[in-house]
Amino acid sequence: MATTAMADTPVLTVYTYDSFVSDWGPGPAVEAAFEANCGCDLQMIGAGDGAALLARLKLEGSRTDADIILGLDTNLTAAAAETGLFAPILMTANYNVPGGWTDPLFAPFDWGYFAFVKNAEIESPTNFRALADSDFKIVIQDPRSSTPGLGLLMWVKAAYGDDAAQIWADLSDNIVTVTAGWSEAYGMFLEGEADMVLSYTTSPAYHLIAEGDASKSYAVFDEGHYMQIEVAGKLASTDQSALADQFLQFMVSDVFQSIIPTTNWMFPAVTPIAGLPDGFPNALSAAQSLIFSPTEAAALRNVALTEWQTALSQ
Amino acid sequence: MLALHKVQFRQGDFTLGADLLIPTGARVAVIGPSGGGKSTFLNGIAGFIATDGGQVLWQGQPMPDHPGLRPLSILFQDHNLFPHLNVMDNVAIGISPDMRLSQTQKQQVRAALDQVGLSDKSASYPRDLSGGQQGRVGLARMLLRQRPLLLLDEPFSALGPALKDEMLDVLRQILHVTSATALMVTHDPKDALAFANQAILVADGVAMAPQPIQQLFDAPPPALRAYLGHWT
Amino acid sequence: MADRIIAIILRIILGGAVLAALLLFSIGTAVAVATQGLGLGRLGVADWSAIRFTLWQACLSAGLSVTIAIPVARALARQNFLGRQALITLLGAPFILPVIVGVLGLLAVFGRAGWISDVLTWTGFAKLSIYGAPGVILAHVFFNLPLATRFLLQGWSAVPSERFRVVQSLAASPWAYFRLIEWPLLKSVVPGAFLLVFLLCLTSFAVALAVGGGPRGTTIELAIYQAFRLDFDLGKAASLALVQFTLCGVVAVMAFLVPLPQTDGLGLGRLPQRLDASGHRGVDFMWITISAAFLILPLGAILIRGLGHIASLPHQVFTASITSVLIALASTVVCISMALGLSLAFARRGQVARNLAEGMGILGLATSPLVVGTGIFLMIFPFAHPMTFALPITASVNAMMALPFALRVLMPAVRETYADYLTLRCSLNLTRWVWLHRILLPRLRRPLGFAAGLAAALSMGDLGVIALFADPDLQTLPLMLYRLMGAYRMDQAAAVAVVLVAQSLALFWMFDRGGRGYAGSP
Repeated sequence: MATTAMADTPVLTVYTYDSFVSDWGPGPAVEAAFEANCGCDLQMIGAGDGAALLARLKLEGSRTDADIILGLDTNLTAAAAETGLFAPILMTANYNVPGGWTDPLFAPFDWGYFAFVKNAEIESPTNFRALADSDFKIVIQDPRSSTPGLGLLMWVKAAYGDDAAQIWADLSDNIVTVTAGWSEAYGMFLEGEADMVLSYTTSPAYHLIAEGDASKSYAVFDEGHYMQIEVAGKLASTDQSALADQFLQFMVSDVFQSIIPTTNWMFPAVTPIAGLPDGFPNALSAAQSLIFSPTEAAALRNVALTEWQTALSQ
Repeated sequence: MLALHKVQFRQGDFTLGADLLIPTGARVAVIGPSGGGKSTFLNGIAGFIATDGGQVLWQGQPMPDHPGLRPLSILFQDHNLFPHLNVMDNVAIGISPDMRLSQTQKQQVRAALDQVGLSDKSASYPRDLSGGQQGRVGLARMLLRQRPLLLLDEPFSALGPALKDEMLDVLRQILHVTSATALMVTHDPKDALAFANQAILVADGVAMAPQPIQQLFDAPPPALRAYLGHWT
Repeated sequence: MADRIIAIILRIILGGAVLAALLLFSIGTAVAVATQGLGLGRLGVADWSAIRFTLWQACLSAGLSVTIAIPVARALARQNFLGRQALITLLGAPFILPVIVGVLGLLAVFGRAGWISDVLTWTGFAKLSIYGAPGVILAHVFFNLPLATRFLLQGWSAVPSERFRVVQSLAASPWAYFRLIEWPLLKSVVPGAFLLVFLLCLTSFAVALAVGGGPRGTTIELAIYQAFRLDFDLGKAASLALVQFTLCGVVAVMAFLVPLPQTDGLGLGRLPQRLDASGHRGVDFMWITISAAFLILPLGAILIRGLGHIASLPHQVFTASITSVLIALASTVVCISMALGLSLAFARRGQVARNLAEGMGILGLATSPLVVGTGIFLMIFPFAHPMTFALPITASVNAMMALPFALRVLMPAVRETYADYLTLRCSLNLTRWVWLHRILLPRLRRPLGFAAGLAAALSMGDLGVIALFADPDLQTLPLMLYRLMGAYRMDQAAAVAVVLVAQSLALFWMFDRGGRGYAGSP
């Protein structure tokens, strides 16, 4: 009996986004830490970014090998829930997510604020209207191909509602270009092609902590900053239900959460006992933290996209 | 008179020396081993190859630098014709490269085609002609140009014996009409004897002065003897 | 007799198998996606405007690239100078650069913070801004001008030197020179070159977005992306993929309607000694300098940016290099086998059949990587785990992308070899093996080397569908580059770009060199 158990080391398959599993992401440390105790083989498979991840799951349906999907954000969870592929989660944790957390299908593992990153010495506009009136040049990402791009769309919608179309029209002469992904945009910003780039409030922390470079900061906007909350869910079709539950519990543990800040450069969903690393930015007040519920976000997406397309096509 | 006065033709690393006179109206066979410089000799006279020293004179005057201004026509073994032009145009470019012909010039082109026996092929394209017919188109162009010096670089060597004889006949007619001076590279002693009255031996980077052809074949110098082998 | 029939049947099976594989990979994958999406989706207004923009930018880019390539290729064909061969080899570089690397290189020169802007600001002028349509075109010309130039240059070197001499001896005017030499040459090479560049621009996605992005610059490929990721509308994605095939088909037919001139045998193959070189020296060197600068400055910027960080690269760069090279080699084998198979099957058929075969070969270029990847995924998924096949699939898809280029080079060479030596083969009663092994392949060595070099280099630089299959153990150089960028490590990404370019060029050079090494080949 014992030998069969040895041969059949249970395998837990986690689909996630590509940068999570890359050698510079949280993946390697997470895998080592979980496998140390689970007596299992944790396979983390990267499939593009968050949106591609959901598309992949839809392609595979209930025949998927995945036991866990890790890396959807709240703009996608409504569509994900609609597939009926996810099982309710049993665990909970003492989440430190602005606005709290109560979703029956998904558990958060980290979160962040979208923000425009700039060179620290530059005096930058303090809201979208001021930005639109200024000569500041920005690089943004396309909402159709990039998660931050979609986040910016929601940010403007959350801050300005029906005036969003006008804001976009006024912003159009500030936008140097719209890139397909975050990497292109951030790369262009670092090469000096624009004054600011759409990224996260935590981006300057990378430069400070990893490179010892304090030259970057983000522009604080007085209408608040839109949030991205990244979540994981367990698939109903899993054949490793107990192991999947164990992983989700591990995900909100101090070990996993301590890995997040300096590998994924996001706020951990549960603040580690040791606290956040030096150089990490502060969280914003609840009033400054903008976010739509998953259903609101799903309902608003197409309207916001059309507004964006129309305003920038003129 | 074509005079090559202490000329050095240089093509890459290869140099060919020539110091010789060819009387007007002569028919000269250029013979010698492969790689000895026969084509370099012709291309040099035609002006395609720069001279390192010396002078090429025609009737006592130095030849112009540009090949197109020299008083000569040249025919190669291949690629004399342009595949996208019909026979008429391929001949006509001999006197009007722009293919804008006056009525008189058109008459002249037709006459030249008539002379080589291709009057019914003027609208055909080179790809529809036999090897012999392609050779005749080239000869018709030479005839039309009426230049006093003709250079032929093995133009018929790919043809069979009967066709080759036919071509040599056409060539003789042209020479008869134009009284031109002709230099023909050939590797076939039989052709050389049939066509020429003089011969230039080109070997080891030197073009020797022309000699009566029979005399050369009767008492071949060592380079020629090695090349000719047992031919008698 | 029986032997002959077997040979013909073999050839049909061989050619048929390659064509079937092409169809499966291109239209088959689109059908698989459509089936999953329960039929084709309707296209909306936005989709049609994406189609229009795609066509517009592809036409413009291809037109510009080929037009500028004419004087550049002419200058390179006419002038001999120190470094000519190096420049021609370098012409292959932009074509194999990962798009994002090329774009950052271009921006280092032409961007708002680029060298030209620096000079302009310093002299008191406004900064240069290339974003929008000018940027798209600039990037497309940067990526495609070198390719077009190489194709045209090949056309120029195929003109027998005797023909230049005939024209010179006729004292032809420049106009007559154009009519006699250049017009037929351009007529035979330009449509094909235009077609290939057009197709490359048609399916390009990242280029158009990085420097000309925004809603105005929506390409078909982006519309497919949107249909997949945002709307998960597989039916619409398949429809858009089919529109892309149709466009490619129409353009292919148009390009081949122009009659291709016949070759009348092989030239003597020596380098034409061009007497007209001196007369055009000024203009020629102006074009050579401009195009070389346009090419070398962005490449130099990439080099300067990345070279200093190579030492800091993590050890994964070794395994990623090996993976990339292995995939490139596998992809080269697949590509060359397919191109040879098609050439052998069709080279001796009529013009229509040959064009058809080449047209089918082009299908590989007309595919959207997203649709192909998803289609293959859907086809394999019911039977096996797609991840297991990540390597062979990536190699095959990369091979398919290089196939049109390999066909362009191999098909005429196979045809000429048959035309020149078939009688010899019959008269000597050579066996099929001896013919293939001792005559055909040695004669094809040079075009084979060039085609293999292109296929290998293309595969090296392509991110390909490997990202879709996500085998965690397979990391190629382009994938590593994107991952480094995604992890803020732009300096190391630039260093990977340098490694990638160096390896691609080295692979290309080795194959191309191998093809030239044989003294007897023309």
